[in-house]
Amino acid sequence: MTAPNRLIGSPLERVEDLRLLRGRGQFVADINREGQLHAVILRSSVAHGRLQNIDTGAALQLAGVHAILTAVDLGTPVPVLPIRLQPLPELEPFRQPMLAHDRVRYVGEPLAVIVAESPAIAEDALDLIDVDIESLPAITDRTQAEAGDTILFEEHGSNVSMQWNAVKGDADAAFAKADYTRRETFRVQRHAALFMEPRGFVAEWDAEAERLTVWGAAKVAFANRKILAATMGLPLDRIDMLEGDVGGSFGSRGEFYPEDFLIPFAARHLGRPIKWVEDRREHLMAANHARQIECDVEIAATRDGKILGLRGRNWTDNGAYIRTNGSIAPRNAAQFMSGAYDIEHIALTSFSLTTNKTPTGTYRGPGRFEPDFVRERLIDLMAKDLGLDPLEVRRRNLVPADKMPYPLATMTPFESVTELDSGDNHALLDRCLDEFGWAEKIKLQGKCIDGRYHGVSVGCFIEGGAAGPSEDARIVLETDGTFSVYLGSSGVGQGIETIMGQIAGDALEVPFERVRVHCGSTGFVAEGYGSFHSRSTVMGGSAIVMAAEALKAKLKNVAARVLGCAPEAVMLDADGARDGSGNAVSYADLSDQPVEAEARFENKKYTYAYGSLAAHVAVDPKTGQVDILDVASTKDVGRMINPATLNGQSVGSIVQGLGGALLEEFVYDSDGQLLTGTLADYLLPTASDFPNIRSTVIELAPSPHNPLGAKGAGEGEIIPVGGVIANAVAQALANFGVEPMALPLSPPNVWRLIQDAQSKQGVSS
Amino acid sequence: MKVAFEINGKPVEIDVEPRLSLADCLRDVLGLTGTHLGCEHGVCGACTVIVDGEAVRSCLTLAVQSDGRKIVTVEGLSDDERLSPLQAAFRRNHALQCGFCTPGMVTTAHALLSEEPDADAERVREVLSGNICRCTGYMPIVEAVLEARAAYADGEDGS
Repeated sequence: MTAPNRLIGSPLERVEDLRLLRGRGQFVADINREGQLHAVILRSSVAHGRLQNIDTGAALQLAGVHAILTAVDLGTPVPVLPIRLQPLPELEPFRQPMLAHDRVRYVGEPLAVIVAESPAIAEDALDLIDVDIESLPAITDRTQAEAGDTILFEEHGSNVSMQWNAVKGDADAAFAKADYTRRETFRVQRHAALFMEPRGFVAEWDAEAERLTVWGAAKVAFANRKILAATMGLPLDRIDMLEGDVGGSFGSRGEFYPEDFLIPFAARHLGRPIKWVEDRREHLMAANHARQIECDVEIAATRDGKILGLRGRNWTDNGAYIRTNGSIAPRNAAQFMSGAYDIEHIALTSFSLTTNKTPTGTYRGPGRFEPDFVRERLIDLMAKDLGLDPLEVRRRNLVPADKMPYPLATMTPFESVTELDSGDNHALLDRCLDEFGWAEKIKLQGKCIDGRYHGVSVGCFIEGGAAGPSEDARIVLETDGTFSVYLGSSGVGQGIETIMGQIAGDALEVPFERVRVHCGSTGFVAEGYGSFHSRSTVMGGSAIVMAAEALKAKLKNVAARVLGCAPEAVMLDADGARDGSGNAVSYADLSDQPVEAEARFENKKYTYAYGSLAAHVAVDPKTGQVDILDVASTKDVGRMINPATLNGQSVGSIVQGLGGALLEEFVYDSDGQLLTGTLADYLLPTASDFPNIRSTVIELAPSPHNPLGAKGAGEGEIIPVGGVIANAVAQALANFGVEPMALPLSPPNVWRLIQDAQSKQGVSS
Repeated sequence: MKVAFEINGKPVEIDVEPRLSLADCLRDVLGLTGTHLGCEHGVCGACTVIVDGEAVRSCLTLAVQSDGRKIVTVEGLSDDERLSPLQAAFRRNHALQCGFCTPGMVTTAHALLSEEPDADAERVREVLSGNICRCTGYMPIVEAVLEARAAYADGEDGS
């Protein structure tokens, strides 16, 4: 971009804040339509069974109940949730019906929709419904899933739904000649995105116009409109998906769930606007879970610590069905296990397992947080075995700047090849160590001070971004001289109105206040791909740069007619157009019709942001409590749009990662009952947990793949947290011989590790 | 049941079902949708309102319990013209992202600083630990509240 750059790079205060801070945001629960009814969802209380009967007789008698829809009302065959990303035919048998009919496969699976005058009446009616389910044994872990005594999808014949392979070089040959190998099994627990605003929709059917309007769209409104059109048998242009304020996504909110179909379907069925907002208990069992994986992975290296290869197998617990993006975590866990490191030989296979638990999907850093834990642990174990400094081992193995672009392992099926684009891992590691104060803190390694053992660790990561195929932007010069920017990217709480306003202001060379940004809704642009894979800033922002150039060319033509000169003679500035001889016209006076231009930015190559993260922990061996004394991260994003919002993403991401490393876990009993069904049981980080978190974001290597030079940066720092914290705990407890192989490192788990290590030492001595 | 209370300085008298929560009353009966429901079981704090000066979970309070009380919601903390000093500090410090927990954060912090304008960082963290934010990691929220203390000490908090 050649425009003078003032807004990009400035920590502007956000435009969103003015409404959000005063309670004037418009979240989906705040939307109400004339004549609306309210829906609640009846869910299975049994994890696995044959659905025999749903008796709605008594419930339908209740005053104020309008309808109760079960699977028979949805038509034959009962529509299923499609697979949005990587829709392999092999996965089709595992798709979830919008309402269960013959089988139920997890606690929380939708069985019926109750529609009533108020949510309270609908909930009263729900209690009157009698559900008859013949229980089957529940599959709740890998051993049971693989044994196959009970099979969730009998026609498939196995609880293994799919396998993905990541291959590079010749791993077996590398292992055969390696000086050193070590093989371990690692586990990451089931946890989830847990955005704060519960999901919800308001759907309204206009019978006369045969038009459907859905409020509550998020993340991928255009993709979801396609799904809704197909499942409801409507043309695309008869559906409007409207995005309001959105209370967080982190990958999970905005994916197409059964309710995304059920509420619009019910609205058309009954001819009344229908509103549905989930409660938190529902959310915990209905929205995508994530992260649960077991990895049996082996590392090979020379005796001086050069990593030669990685090989092994991952098993992801995908829950009862493969949902819209259920294949992303297993495939990523194989392809991204090498992370920021130069590893020539890779053979990793991921298997996805079906179990009687809530289905899974993406959560910030999907299939990246998990293998980073595995790889960073293996590096530290290797360094210890070989008597090497783990920091030096990392330096020795990071992909050097002169080896970029650097290919990662190739994935099959759904073959994908990707390469690390541009960056300097070593510079980022050094900067992180400086910011963290490594030289001083390393002196505390393994020391006991006032009863707590101290440990420090650092790890390096990559963050993929900018998934294609494209994004559209449309910019309109309004007749009052302001510019409206319409965008296919979605706002999910990341401050997109502000960021895109900065990009547009610079591209148009007009003040920030003159630009209004409108995101997400399907009516704004022809096509949109939304907000996931850290793509909005790069994809939407680049589309804005292109649309601004196209609009400026049009405006020069319009101005040429007004000013009576050649278009080439027109100059545009912050106020309007002028020619070379002192004639000028303001943007407000330029045209009595809006002038607009649209552009599409297409991209096939991912961006990669690079970074390092260091942590200092203190562990109390009497309680197993891990205190986080300091975390510092450094990341290169190529080009910063708004440093304040960017650092906000980084710090927030680290704290989410600490939740996954230390606190959060969905626990099921052997019957497949979810035991952590409230926020008092599922522990999220709070304000008093992690007071010392610091992030540094820098501009080092611009992306070569887009006009902004920006790299996707909404996820990165969560990725290394599990591995770095586990390594720091291992360093702190080195005297005890503790080597964590599983998350979360909650007090009871750490205490048990210490007890086990001590009893083992007792036996061996 | 009939219930009368003061909401953001204005008296209201309404007839409600005994089982109606104060949160649902504020949102659905009075149209004050700035109060958000994040868990409806008293953990997340998004629904926090100020009842007679104290921060209260409106999801765990019945509307009928509010009879005769003075209630302030996030809408009552500022006027149309400008953000309150506390809200402005939130904005300056980028103490919100999605903004869903924000009304509860602001009401909780307002109740705290109205009573304890000299609260230190540890006290602020302790009090805010009853409000869950999934976006920010809390660092900027704590900074914002600490920064806003001066306005409360000077009596310029807007209340």
